Amino acid sequence: MSANNEIDYGTPASSSANQVTLEIDGHKVTVNAGSSVMRAAAEAGISIPKLCATDSLDPFGSCRMCLVQIEGARGYPASCTTPVAEGMKVCTQNDKLASIRRGIAELYISDHPLDCLTCAANGDCELQDTVGQVGLREVRYGFEGENHLDSEKDTSNPYFSFDPAKCIVCSRCVRACEEVQGTFALTIDGRGFDSKVSPGQNQPFMESECVSCGACVQACPTATLMEKAVIDNGVPEHSTITTCAYCGVGCSFKAEMKGEQLVRMVPDKNGQANHGHSCVKGRFAFGYATHKDRITTPMVREKISDPWREVSWEEAIGFAANKLKGIQAKYGKDSIGGITSSRCTNEETYLVQKLIRAGFGNNNVDTCARVCHSPTGYGLKSTFGESSGTQTFDSVMQSDVIMVIGANPTDGHPVFGSMMKRRLRQGAKLIVVDPRSIDLVSNSPHVKADYHLKLRPGTNVAVVTALAHVIVTEGLADEKFALERCDVESFGKWKTFVALPEHSPEAVAELTGVPAETMRAAARLYATGGNGAIYYGLGVTEHSQGSTTVIGIANLAMATGNIGRDGVGVNPLRGQNNVQGSCDMGSFPHEFVGYRHVSDSQTRMQFESAWGVTLSSEPGLRIPNMFGAAIDGSFKGLYVQGEDIAQSDPDITHVHHALRELECLVVQDIFLNETAKFAHVFLPGSSFLEKNGTFTNAERRISPVRKVMTPLGGKEDWEVTQDLSNALGYPMNYSHPSEIMDEIAALTPQFAGVSYEKIDEMGSIQWPCNDETPDGTPIMHADHFVRGKGRFMLTEYVATEERTSSKYPLILTTGRILSQYNVGAQTRRTENVAWHEEDRLELHPHDAEVLGISDGDWCGVKSRSGETVLRALITDRMQPGVVYTTFHFPHSGANVITTDNSDWATNCPEYKVTAVHVAKVAQPSAWQQEYQDFSDNQLSLLENRIAVNE
Amino acid sequence: MQDYQTQKPTVLEILNTHQAMPGNLLPILHGIQDTLGYIPPAAVVDIAKALNLSQAEVHGVISFYHYFRETPPGEHTIRICRAESCQAMNGKVLETHAKQQLGIDFHETTADGIFSLEPVYCLGNCACSPSITIDDEVMGRVTTEKFDRLLATYKGAK
Repeated sequence: MSANNEIDYGTPASSSANQVTLEIDGHKVTVNAGSSVMRAAAEAGISIPKLCATDSLDPFGSCRMCLVQIEGARGYPASCTTPVAEGMKVCTQNDKLASIRRGIAELYISDHPLDCLTCAANGDCELQDTVGQVGLREVRYGFEGENHLDSEKDTSNPYFSFDPAKCIVCSRCVRACEEVQGTFALTIDGRGFDSKVSPGQNQPFMESECVSCGACVQACPTATLMEKAVIDNGVPEHSTITTCAYCGVGCSFKAEMKGEQLVRMVPDKNGQANHGHSCVKGRFAFGYATHKDRITTPMVREKISDPWREVSWEEAIGFAANKLKGIQAKYGKDSIGGITSSRCTNEETYLVQKLIRAGFGNNNVDTCARVCHSPTGYGLKSTFGESSGTQTFDSVMQSDVIMVIGANPTDGHPVFGSMMKRRLRQGAKLIVVDPRSIDLVSNSPHVKADYHLKLRPGTNVAVVTALAHVIVTEGLADEKFALERCDVESFGKWKTFVALPEHSPEAVAELTGVPAETMRAAARLYATGGNGAIYYGLGVTEHSQGSTTVIGIANLAMATGNIGRDGVGVNPLRGQNNVQGSCDMGSFPHEFVGYRHVSDSQTRMQFESAWGVTLSSEPGLRIPNMFGAAIDGSFKGLYVQGEDIAQSDPDITHVHHALRELECLVVQDIFLNETAKFAHVFLPGSSFLEKNGTFTNAERRISPVRKVMTPLGGKEDWEVTQDLSNALGYPMNYSHPSEIMDEIAALTPQFAGVSYEKIDEMGSIQWPCNDETPDGTPIMHADHFVRGKGRFMLTEYVATEERTSSKYPLILTTGRILSQYNVGAQTRRTENVAWHEEDRLELHPHDAEVLGISDGDWCGVKSRSGETVLRALITDRMQPGVVYTTFHFPHSGANVITTDNSDWATNCPEYKVTAVHVAKVAQPSAWQQEYQDFSDNQLSLLENRIAVNE
Repeated sequence: MQDYQTQKPTVLEILNTHQAMPGNLLPILHGIQDTLGYIPPAAVVDIAKALNLSQAEVHGVISFYHYFRETPPGEHTIRICRAESCQAMNGKVLETHAKQQLGIDFHETTADGIFSLEPVYCLGNCACSPSITIDDEVMGRVTTEKFDRLLATYKGAK
């Protein structure tokens, strides 16, 4: 339930185009055919008492509270399960109905604790409301009979408690877990009077299959399933709609507050990306925002071996500006640069790149998207003409065949994963291309991959081209679409190329490890199974041929006509909340806002006149080049906003070396993250709760981020960048992020129609939004490709240089899990560690046996770059020869092992393929011991910081 | 209780036999209980995995049907009918007597592990009420004396 009184229509809306008119309590009501009588009444403003019905779930008809009378019908049908009919006459309230409802309420209340005044749901309880509505005045049965009031409370979940004494067994939680989340972790144990909600096999929540998404808590009409934060703090008194700061799904939430204290985050029913659903991160893991580790006073130091000195904002900004100016005076204009963050808002990102281009006077700006989705930008721009996914999330509900390549939506993008699972349960077919058996393959109830192409890491291009080979040589291509909509010459060349015998599934079966027949069957299904949609993630991009695979995917979609309408398309699942936005905002060294090259003089002139400076036409340094230049001695100063390159970037020893070479590293963050341990200036950042702005999710949806509390450090992030710019001598004078958005809109064709007023009015907007598409664009390339004609490109497979050998016989690949988020700076500071307290090395039982490793053993993992030690997790999710780990904890050192190989087009690192040697060991690696010493030392320098003297 | 690892091959074999059958959950649960005498809670993980269900769903079905049990039964299971006809023919007396003789309540097993006692609602043998079953055999017109004789026989058989 949520605190502010939204209307609950009781049953989901009907999507029927036909209308039906009926009479309810004498009022003529016209609604969509297929609506329930309950919903029709609610739409007419008539509230029928209910307990087991809620508009996020299909009707169930178990509580019998919503009975009505219908003229000509026998008895008292439940209004939630009775569909409307033309001319129907419904009576929702008379003496007989009132008496039946009171009788039902009386039975419920005879087995319910009468502690309303001290109950956590007091004032926010549907049972209370309903019983009040029916006017129950006495319970004739007394309270002495058999009851459930002594049932034991389950407090195992860190975020919510389960109190069966308060349960009315309406099954809303069970149904929410099934219909909304798709985990099926709850059931009703027993029957009749013994019926009881049971997680798993009557286990505590934490030991069951529950993934803590919060859908059950949301659905519960009583205090049975209740956020512990509400039990501790009471019901919130006001709320603000904002956008989650975790993954690229960009869920809309109501931040429910008491004063400036955030009590709970409740998914917004009207959220256009999440439709009222959430995951364990967005719903519950916000405690980091006020964690004691937050640093709220600016700090500076001359050398990284010095203790930190707390200073005023003015001094910190002045210190940073002087250092950066000094470096430029000594080493030249190009000796400094900056990194924008995919976690910050569009406005902040825009401002940082503006500071660098206009204030620093060079194009040395890059973003963490470099290390995740830069190949998406390159690949989709080259083929379709726009660096973004083609669909809206809802489009998946129209898909017939879903192909998931190198993505793990149920962990990485859980709310969208739930939507996809819903579609799969409705019967859509599923093809999974992944070296691991992710949950979608066979570990999600009622969902199973029709084909799992369990390939060897690093062979994506060979598989994708083999799929194309089948489509072309078996005559399955949509020639009409390709000839009309795409560049004919490139289509012809591509067909000849993919048809070559060396691209056949049979020719690449051994190389890829995928049986030829499976590739053939998958290709046939995708090409002929109706609406085919491809969803992909970092398993595609983070390879030496990341861009080539993205191009290969685009080719498949164009060749089969799966572009430009609902249910199809090419959909990159973006890792962080604002990856799309940070790319859109001109964070790359070669591009201005809106993906326009810096060498394009017309664009450059536009920016020069708007910004009042001369701009460089030379692309600046990419992140890996910055590290290289730092080690060479030509790059000396770096401004990093909200990114932790010292943990997240590959070949971390190389990164640490580069950072140590810098004369001035300015870090703006909410915590002293790994990168800040190498910094000279620390500028306190603000969390997503402390500022205004916008995030753009994976479906190009620009959603509002709203300030619900005062920044702990005193400034919103954009204000800090503005201050730094002013101190550097490039004036900026914004009084609100909306002015920054106005500037973006004025300079960017895709954003021309975007404004805060419009976002407030529409809730969110999917770009492009301009004069042609004033309400935004859910589906791209509908009538023609952005670049005019779609362009097919050849995808020659070139094996990565990272190969297994007798010395490094296994391949390591990396990924992330549901409860933790990327470098973990946020989630490690929440109760989410209850689900994942350390990174483990997953390996196949066969490899474990050969290596003599048992579950839980310490394993030394050694690559050509470095060595680390992780505990083993033996699982048949893996294939023999491939090991896997996550990278949520800095001391795990996953990136000590990863190499400096990268994508040929964009330098996106090859995180997904590293040849390694694994052996049982007794102690942490030398790197881990060294890291521990360094980190302990830095934390003591923080601990012993010299306090500010006011 | 037996170690599940020793029972697992049996469970997997039953799952395997029923894999292609539509609506196979109930036949599988019956198969396991018929073979092992009960459904070991640890088997639920394998059943759920094989049928692409959640453990909660399988547990929901097992706990819904009183016939299914999750603990090992005694050597012989006695089921006493508590439906209308049997009650009208002194079934209640039989019920009390049986509990007394065995020293256990419904859903329990005697300390020597020979008998489990369960209620049942109609065996379709109403003309010969009161009825009971011992294992798979139905017996009618069970007086308290007849019950004692049956107990002695089954005990003696051991």
